[in-house]
Amino acid sequence: MSEFSLYLLQQLINGLTIGSTYALIAIGYTMVYGIIGMINFAHGEIYMIGSYVTFIVIAGLMGMGIASLPIILIVALVVAIFISSTYGWTVERVAYRPLRGTNRLIPLISAIGMSIFLQNFVVLSQGSRDVALPPQITGGWNFGDPSLYEVSLSYMQVMIFAVTFISMTLLTLFISRSRMGRACRACSEDLGMTNLLGIDTNKIIALTFIVGAALAAIAGLLLGLYYGVVNPFVGFIAGLKAFTAAVLGGIGSIPGAMLGGLILGVTEAMTAAFFPSEYKDVVSFGLLVTILLFRPSGLLGKPEVEKV
Amino acid sequence: MTSSKLYNAIFAAGISLILASLMIGIKLDTDGSTLAVRGATATQWMWIGGGIAVVFFSQLFSAQVDALFGAIPKPNIKAMLPQDQKMTTLKPWLIAALIVVMLIWPFMVSRGSVDLATLTLIYIMLGLGLNIVVGLAGLLDLGFVAFYAVGAYTYALLSQYFGMSFWACLPISAAMAAAFGFLLGFPVLRLRGDYLAIVTLGFGEIIRILLNNWTSITGGPNGISGIAKPGLFGLEFNRRAKEEGAVTFHEYFNMDYDSSYKVIFLYLIAVILVIGVIYLINRLMRMPIGRAWEALREDEIACRSLGLNRTAIKLSAFTLGASTAGFAGCFFAARQGFISPESFVFIESAIILAIVVLGGMGSQMGIIFAAIIMTILPEIAREFSEYRMLLFGLLMVIMMRWRPEGLVPMKRPNLELKQP
Repeated sequence: MSEFSLYLLQQLINGLTIGSTYALIAIGYTMVYGIIGMINFAHGEIYMIGSYVTFIVIAGLMGMGIASLPIILIVALVVAIFISSTYGWTVERVAYRPLRGTNRLIPLISAIGMSIFLQNFVVLSQGSRDVALPPQITGGWNFGDPSLYEVSLSYMQVMIFAVTFISMTLLTLFISRSRMGRACRACSEDLGMTNLLGIDTNKIIALTFIVGAALAAIAGLLLGLYYGVVNPFVGFIAGLKAFTAAVLGGIGSIPGAMLGGLILGVTEAMTAAFFPSEYKDVVSFGLLVTILLFRPSGLLGKPEVEKV
Repeated sequence: MTSSKLYNAIFAAGISLILASLMIGIKLDTDGSTLAVRGATATQWMWIGGGIAVVFFSQLFSAQVDALFGAIPKPNIKAMLPQDQKMTTLKPWLIAALIVVMLIWPFMVSRGSVDLATLTLIYIMLGLGLNIVVGLAGLLDLGFVAFYAVGAYTYALLSQYFGMSFWACLPISAAMAAAFGFLLGFPVLRLRGDYLAIVTLGFGEIIRILLNNWTSITGGPNGISGIAKPGLFGLEFNRRAKEEGAVTFHEYFNMDYDSSYKVIFLYLIAVILVIGVIYLINRLMRMPIGRAWEALREDEIACRSLGLNRTAIKLSAFTLGASTAGFAGCFFAARQGFISPESFVFIESAIILAIVVLGGMGSQMGIIFAAIIMTILPEIAREFSEYRMLLFGLLMVIMMRWRPEGLVPMKRPNLELKQP
């Protein structure tokens, strides 16, 4: 292979890494939107909190002298999922549930308020500076021609792929096989009808927020370890990207969110390969506008039929 | 008090404990090169405990608390104003009196308060502009600050590279912002509302990133400084004229130099701009186009079946809103004398949106009211400045729960048939 194609391969690997985490966050947006039709603007902050909890747990366990990395990571994962889900559930309970059934602008503004609140809550409690964690998982495979260009696939990236794949599979099984998953699908079909059929829709909506927050926490753990730094402002831009990914794939559709995340990640990496990396955001939003123009319902979304 | 209440209270207190213990109770700290954690101080734990106790008791006595909150009267602005009949005769006088007060007032107070008033007027202008888009036409724009930035940078760049004056740049800034609004709106306005929100949000970010990185022209993060202040028919407000032979304001009128003239003059320009914008929007709202905006907000399908051109109407609202932001941006650049991309972050968009929503979507009175609150309050609560944004976010959530229609809801002139 030529140097150029090896370089592209490297960018593809990096793009898929970031893209799979975008996909994890995007699922939270898409599930909430699919059921109650609102943009959960505070979702990015849940991801940020997940990252912080991961760092706290890792630093705490290492401080206690526990050296076994798998144990640390598993504990961090469980705690991060638990805390983030609690935040997700509380946000829904406090800021969104009382506003259900009002003009659709109102929950959105409440969500923006919640996002600002959570961000500043973390600024006040944890400080606004970057917190850095030394790399925990090091090493990787190198391949390609060393004289031309060496493509590296780090263990961290492999872990991101593996964890994302497992989470997605579990989610798909949960949605398609379990009773609760069926109730979720019914809710996104027709909320009122589901309620009439005796399903506690409030519970299902709360569950959606919990599942979304759990996936965001997984993304928070993975990206936190991958980048090694976290600050209270990472949630905003990650949330924006993930929402873009959700819209790209067709909002309301879970496979769409996965696809959208991957496409967005690869697009960004490819842009960064040829242009200054500051412009990657510009390109990804440009991609969003273009897709919306030619396919307003997204790649895998169903076109919405307006009824009178 | 039933056992389910107790259960609820314990549950809520438990959730609060989980939420607080990890994020407030444990703090990340860099210890040399490694990351360490340390627990909160005893006072912090006391605060956490107090907060949990508040949650527990407010849940336990939720009925009583709700009754207490219900007892707080919602501000009924309508009742405070005189009756409609009297209002029509009084209104011109009231407005005239208000304008006179606004024109005389700056000469009697300190320089700082005039400056603050100018800032408030800028936010009123922005709020009025966004009100056309969000309040009247019902299009959610989360990137309104982009047009503000376009206006500000248009003036700053034209003034820096071509030495153009404020007055020449004012219409150009508005036109530039309108052009950007048109270009963005043309493809996007065919989309559904939520997509519009996210695309405008993205657009706002794009503009900021471009301003930040196009260093050769915009100066990047350093911004542009030394932007010329507006003059009065060519008279400058500086101590000495910049160019040889030019006359300054105080020389021309044979007065002693006073730096507050400049501030007051800027304030007066802002007053005139705001009055102009209010007048214009008021007329537009009563024109067919204004009616069409509101009709489209209420029922899009009905409008289309009546033959209204949806895209043209939305585009006109979007473009007009953008041009108002352009005005405000141009004025902002002139007032500050320095602009950088820092001034045009998402949080500004959120503040403008909060002004529109807090005031009551569509209601001009409400927006003026809300803009005053939103700019004066942070100044008063200086000592809480680190909690400012936290409280701001909380306020947005509480407002939506307590009074989603805003402080002064929009009122349409209407006639009611009284049942005999």
